[in-house]
Amino acid sequence: MPQFTDLFFYALAGLTLLFGFLTVLNPLSRSPVTSAMFLVLTILCMAGLFVLLHAFFLAAVQILVYAGAVMVVFLFVIMLLDLKADERRHINKIAVGLGGLSALAIAGTLVASIVKTVPVSQTAGRLAEGETKALGRLLFESHILPFEILSVLLLVAMVGAILITKKDLR
Amino acid sequence: MEAINYLNPTAQMILFSALKIGVVFGVVMTAVAYAVLVERKVSAWIQNRVGPNRTSPFFIDYLPVIGPFLVKLGIFQPAADGLKFLLKEDFTPNYVRKVYFWLAPAITVIPALLTVAVIPFGSNLGSEKMVIADLNVGILYTFGIVSLGVYGIVLAGYGSNSKYPFLGSIRSTAQMISYEIAMGMSVIPIFILTESLNLSDIIRYQAEHGWMILKQPLAFVIFLIASFAETNRLPFDLPESESELVGGYHTEYSSMKFALFFLGEYANMIASAAMMVTLFLGGWTMPFIDALNLPASSLLLGFVHIGVFFAKMAFFMIVFIWVRWMLPRFRYDQLMDLGWRRFIPLALANIVVTALVVALFNN
Repeated sequence: MPQFTDLFFYALAGLTLLFGFLTVLNPLSRSPVTSAMFLVLTILCMAGLFVLLHAFFLAAVQILVYAGAVMVVFLFVIMLLDLKADERRHINKIAVGLGGLSALAIAGTLVASIVKTVPVSQTAGRLAEGETKALGRLLFESHILPFEILSVLLLVAMVGAILITKKDLR
Repeated sequence: MEAINYLNPTAQMILFSALKIGVVFGVVMTAVAYAVLVERKVSAWIQNRVGPNRTSPFFIDYLPVIGPFLVKLGIFQPAADGLKFLLKEDFTPNYVRKVYFWLAPAITVIPALLTVAVIPFGSNLGSEKMVIADLNVGILYTFGIVSLGVYGIVLAGYGSNSKYPFLGSIRSTAQMISYEIAMGMSVIPIFILTESLNLSDIIRYQAEHGWMILKQPLAFVIFLIASFAETNRLPFDLPESESELVGGYHTEYSSMKFALFFLGEYANMIASAAMMVTLFLGGWTMPFIDALNLPASSLLLGFVHIGVFFAKMAFFMIVFIWVRWMLPRFRYDQLMDLGWRRFIPLALANIVVTALVVALFNN
């Protein structure tokens, strides 16, 4: 049923964009908590897009890591800091400029990769669909070095975070 | 019934899925209601009381011996409780953040119900598999959905905009995130052994090689204790500890909104009991009897399999309830210490040992 999937794709893609927009610029509420909640919804919709691509593993991990863990911690920091709604009105021009620049850079990369991609035939796409085993092989056999470097990087960040919280260690 | 055969496969799939969702939803809701009754009865026995024994609808007078007996068991109590929750005044304090205050109970219940979707609660009836969604990443789906359950409690604390609920929700979040890690790590050895994330495959493996609880007792113990923390049950019910926080995150709630939190807790218990049965106790299979170990060949056997699954699940529900009335509450630092400094290292060691054993003996 290609029509069905298309319908879901456009619905989810539209919702992702809408929620993403509401995260950054919400006309109804200036509360940072509301922004964080819309970011959660954006992540959930992106997980839905992964499901449509048959990447079930990525979808599950997306929800588990980003929506389930990272965003909850974010939400808590925001709640505990208790930012007043007005404080957000003040806009930093340098930050806006840098943000716009990085958004443009990402958009450029995306467009370039879409243009350069050679369309794959339907059968090849089916073979590559989100098998967890295939993903594991890819990560641990062909891309083992970058993968391990990344995990060491994460470990360094973790140790750093713990070090910051321990005042007497410094 | 003949007409079903003429439908195209998609329509059949949709029809059967809707049917399964409806039945499972109904069964879970009923099970929640009666789990509350069992909780009250078991706590009464443990504390040498009688428990609910006098709710009797008008028609009970026409049933001679069996009527009074059912009343004594409290069979009609859940209906009365439900009605009470619906009819009580739904009070919204004026200092709450309305949107989140209203959303929080719903966000608590939905994930609890969604987790049930991937659990194979029987082999098959006819040619229909007894699982709503036979996902290849079943267990990851469960963990993903369970991790979303935190939002209900976080938003309840934030939306209530008063101190006890907020403290309760802070505790709950820290607790649930911590124990989620231990829980997630404890099941990795199972995947190493079964080489699959699909829950039906895990049951098939256990039918052939014996129950996982015998091969991975440590993983089972960690999972069991972590599920107490995940469902916010005693001895880890610090988010709502009534002696310190009044009622924790649901202090400001009344009527049906409070009932939804209650429902979420019991639905979560049912989901974790079902998860434990599937991962560690072989799901719907029974060892030593071939008819019960293989997918059902007749309709009757299909129902027997579902019965076996429910019997095992009921066992875990009783354990949940029993523990609640036997153990005192942990202190918060003890809870965190147990999670981070005992369970996570133990679970990690379990992964390494299992992987080593599999690597050494499989080659």
